[in-house]
Amino acid sequence: MNALHLNMVTQRAVEEGEAMEAGKTTQKYFDVCTVIEMNADDIKAMEIPPNAIVKVTSECGEVIVKAIIARQTCPRGLCHMRQSVWANQVVPPRTQSTGEPQYSGFPVTVEPALDARIVPAVELVQKACNKWNGKLLWPM
Amino acid sequence: MSEVIKNVACPYCGACCDDLVVTVENGKILEVQNACVIGTEIYHHASREGRVGSPRMRQPDGTYKDITYDEAIDYTARMLIKAKKPLIYGFGSTNCEGQAAAGRVAEEAGAVLDNCASICHGSSFLAIFDTGYPSCTLGEVKNRADVVIYWGSNAAHAHPRHMSRYGVFPRGFFTNKGHRGRKVITVDPRYTDTARCSDIFLQVKQGHDYDLFDAFRMVMRGYVDDVPEIVAGIPKEKILEVCDIIKMGRYVHIFFGMGLCHSDGRNHNVDIAINLVRDINEITKCTIMAMRGHYNIAGPGVVWSWQFGFPYCIDLSKGSHAHMNPGETSSVDLANRGEVDAFINIGTDAGAHFPIRSFEKLGSRVPMVTIDPSVNMAATVSDVHIPVAIVGVETGGICYRMDNVPIQYRAVVPPYNGILTDEELFNRILNRMLELKTEGIECDGKWEYAKPLPSLIPVKIEPEA
Amino acid sequence: MTEYIIKNGCVVDPTQGINSQKMDICIKDGKFVDKVSGAAKVIDASGKLVMAAGVDIHSHVAGPKVDMGRLFRPEDKLFRSPMRGKNTRMEMGFSVPSTTKTGYDYARLGFSFVMEAAMPPLEAAHVHEEIRDTPIIDEGAMPVLANNWFLLEYFKNGEIENAGAYASWILNATRGFALKCVNPGGTEAWGWGLNCITIHDKVPYFDITPAEIVAGLMETNEYLRLPHSVHVHANNLGNPGNYTTTLDTLKLAEGFAPNNDFGREQVMHHTHIQFHCYGGESFKSDSFESKSKEVMDYVNSRKKLTVDIGQVTLDETTTMTADGPFEYHLTHMNHLKWSNVDVELETAAGIVPFVYDPATFIAGAQWAIGLEIALFAKDKDRCFVTTDHPNAGPFWRYPRIYKWLLSAKARNDVIENQLKYGGKVIDRTYIGELADKEITLYELAQMTRSGVAKALGLKDMYGSLKTGLAANVAVYDIDPANLPSDPEQYEKAFGSCFAFFKDGILAVEDHEIVNYSMPKKTVWVNSIVPENKQVKRDIRDKFLHSYTIALDNYAVFDEHVHNPYAIKVDITS
Repeated sequence: MNALHLNMVTQRAVEEGEAMEAGKTTQKYFDVCTVIEMNADDIKAMEIPPNAIVKVTSECGEVIVKAIIARQTCPRGLCHMRQSVWANQVVPPRTQSTGEPQYSGFPVTVEPALDARIVPAVELVQKACNKWNGKLLWPM
Repeated sequence: MSEVIKNVACPYCGACCDDLVVTVENGKILEVQNACVIGTEIYHHASREGRVGSPRMRQPDGTYKDITYDEAIDYTARMLIKAKKPLIYGFGSTNCEGQAAAGRVAEEAGAVLDNCASICHGSSFLAIFDTGYPSCTLGEVKNRADVVIYWGSNAAHAHPRHMSRYGVFPRGFFTNKGHRGRKVITVDPRYTDTARCSDIFLQVKQGHDYDLFDAFRMVMRGYVDDVPEIVAGIPKEKILEVCDIIKMGRYVHIFFGMGLCHSDGRNHNVDIAINLVRDINEITKCTIMAMRGHYNIAGPGVVWSWQFGFPYCIDLSKGSHAHMNPGETSSVDLANRGEVDAFINIGTDAGAHFPIRSFEKLGSRVPMVTIDPSVNMAATVSDVHIPVAIVGVETGGICYRMDNVPIQYRAVVPPYNGILTDEELFNRILNRMLELKTEGIECDGKWEYAKPLPSLIPVKIEPEA
Repeated sequence: MTEYIIKNGCVVDPTQGINSQKMDICIKDGKFVDKVSGAAKVIDASGKLVMAAGVDIHSHVAGPKVDMGRLFRPEDKLFRSPMRGKNTRMEMGFSVPSTTKTGYDYARLGFSFVMEAAMPPLEAAHVHEEIRDTPIIDEGAMPVLANNWFLLEYFKNGEIENAGAYASWILNATRGFALKCVNPGGTEAWGWGLNCITIHDKVPYFDITPAEIVAGLMETNEYLRLPHSVHVHANNLGNPGNYTTTLDTLKLAEGFAPNNDFGREQVMHHTHIQFHCYGGESFKSDSFESKSKEVMDYVNSRKKLTVDIGQVTLDETTTMTADGPFEYHLTHMNHLKWSNVDVELETAAGIVPFVYDPATFIAGAQWAIGLEIALFAKDKDRCFVTTDHPNAGPFWRYPRIYKWLLSAKARNDVIENQLKYGGKVIDRTYIGELADKEITLYELAQMTRSGVAKALGLKDMYGSLKTGLAANVAVYDIDPANLPSDPEQYEKAFGSCFAFFKDGILAVEDHEIVNYSMPKKTVWVNSIVPENKQVKRDIRDKFLHSYTIALDNYAVFDEHVHNPYAIKVDITS
């Protein structure tokens, strides 16, 4: 199993939009957003099966998600995460003095992490904000 | 008895489809017709069990307790007065009445007033400041356009009915063949579902849109020979083919999206897109439009321009005049630099949509109020969460479509549990602020709020520089 | 209810023939009355000028293109906005002020009513939102109709009753005031990147000419018996040699007679006519020339015409008009940024910043032409002061224009000291001929009050101090018995009135805004016509096939119109 260096874009997907309106604490939102969409050949090159759990690391953070073959085809070398709590764990906050973070076009390393746990959104956000009390208050 | 309400405008994306048919019974929504899958979900969400029906305050143990509106309003008003530079951010999902009321509150509070455009089409504003905005309403595209370009925009996913109502398929007055009379060109690094609906797909190398625009401009201006053989991954002959289609068009329209604003270059990508439109106008009619995300994210730009002269990133903390300087007064940059001392998250979710490295500096350090109908990520770390009525479902009001056409929204059911609208809430916050000021409460930057839990799992926050 | 007495002021009121008479003005319950009790609050106006509040016939103050002008010009705010006052909200913007600054500045000038000059019907709700947020002044708005597909088709077929039924529907749906005509036919042609330059150019596809459109609108207007006449911005604006187009357009009025119950005598109001009085073949100083005399000779000879001047104030400003092709033309001349909005089935708009630089010949000549028009006008009740705000300059520069008209000295000072090519301007315009001419305060009141109100069909609401009318009145630091020798005093006094009452409520006291929360009205015309099934069907059809919004969401909902005041005009009885 190999790690890959890829270029990441994070944008909207209709599945994410629908789940977001259902609620960000729902299982639906969790299911559709905890994925990284990759070219099938890139997944092969990593020597992992599709839907394997991976760790995505950028210059400013890391997140555990599932690697899937892109619903909308990514060329090799490009990967996509649906804009969400998980994608934003790795989006660099630098703005080129425009106010807009680097949501698209930043380098990431994707490596297999088959035994890692995908963390729910609330836990991620509360931990980052020092407000995690050890249990999920919002059932999924 | 069920009631059928027609011509309801949808509170999801900037396409603002106003042809929804909603069936309601006893204040519950039974059925939604004509809406896309996302819009439908919004209406059903309103009737779902487990909605928040009262303001809530975070307790020391991390749980939440219901409080009254008066208490929540008092908390918010005190916070706004005491803070030296509070940030009020969001507004993509509110109506203009709420945005105008928030403008009055922000001015009284000396706050920074910003909206989601700050992380969305803010770059487009920067380009518009420099170059202008030769645009049109969506009906012009429907009735006249025979060449339509989606550039860095995945309408099929982000604006699900955009292509059927405006861009690709509709039969308009001068375009009665519908999509068969239209050439549709999509430019994107991914082969998106929008690209699948197009006649031509240009798979631009991610982050190299500027180069490709530049090549188009060279062709339009007659420097064909100087265009390299491959630009941004696109062969020259493909570029020339597309340019010929553009030149032959009677009416060319470009829709552009986050692909330009979120990538390297930001406003420069939009700037050159607008300049390309100027060039094409020398040859044939051409217009351009930003694919605005939320149904009323154009609203704050419009409302605050008439109130303060600026569309976003408005620093009112000087008290004497408004000041805008994106990069300095933009929400993410303010958060990155730890420059604000209170935060109101309204009609958006900074918790989910800011980079976490920016949001954690707000969420862990400053008092925070979230104003939103539902539990979102920002609400899960706020000191106070105030639910409000859902625009387009429980209250009406004016919202601006992506082409800045005002769409009048309707309420289809009464507000859940009698919760307030954004406008009512902000008006009451303003009144409470004026009362507190006469009582002698003043801005001192001191504010006690729900402290982070003592039993903390250590997390990484960079030390202060 | 509060009573006021404005004591010992020197009153000028052309509606009652009062010319600089010392008298008291009494106010009770929001209205002018003959006398008040001893408890009335006294405003001492001795040595001051008292006039009815001003009325503006043409000013772009609210709506989509005004707001785009604000949005896309942050440089119009930076260092160019005043600091916030004690009792007021922030005021931002120089050439396109924020809504609060607009309301305050008009109050400081002593104005009570402002007509928003161009409302795209599709975006009427936006205009009404801004009107709600503009303090103090009453406002109306004119829907833009000269490129409207319905009307082009009705006029083509000569169906005036249908045109009337549609125009009436539009007035009601948009809560509009009058029929506005901007570059007839040319703006529709702009949908394809084209234009109509003369009044006989065919409009693409619709096969109709601007002349037919203007005539059709006049006929429709008189058929509907509306308070205001058709409000025309003619073809070919701003181009050298365009005065022939202007005269051709004005002559179209000859076949029509005013038909209304509001005392209006004109059938066409030609707006910002300064931009339409150019001779020559190019902007070069050996070709460009003033044709104001030729145009005004014609206007003076026809009682059925009124005009406003559109005076250039020699500022950096923001041009904005529904004349889309003109703005495209302008951005090619000055190479500054350009915004444009084509509005489906209806109209368009363009916005370009512009610097009327006194160091250029053209700006100097335009400045002269505007003043010539005002000075040539024989009947000052038919010629009004405007800047076509913000096109030729911001409205708050009116006091400077008054100064140039009231004082030949001030005008000559500009020619000698401010214009770089003053000599050439004198050669190529008529301003030299008019070197001694000055207007009186009485004439100024006609050009900014009584005449304007009459032309709008609002003489029973504004522009007069008659007993029984709403008490809108301004007091200025000018003593008509002892006129200032320094013309700067005019600009200062008219720019910051001593006192101003809006509907009998004191808004400005001792030059300061003291109250801006009084109710303000949105004045609109409720036109009632016989039921017309064909037009109803046509409307349904166009919304089904061409518009992108639903018919039911088109008309402005009542809840979005701020404090509406309807003027009912029923042609069925």
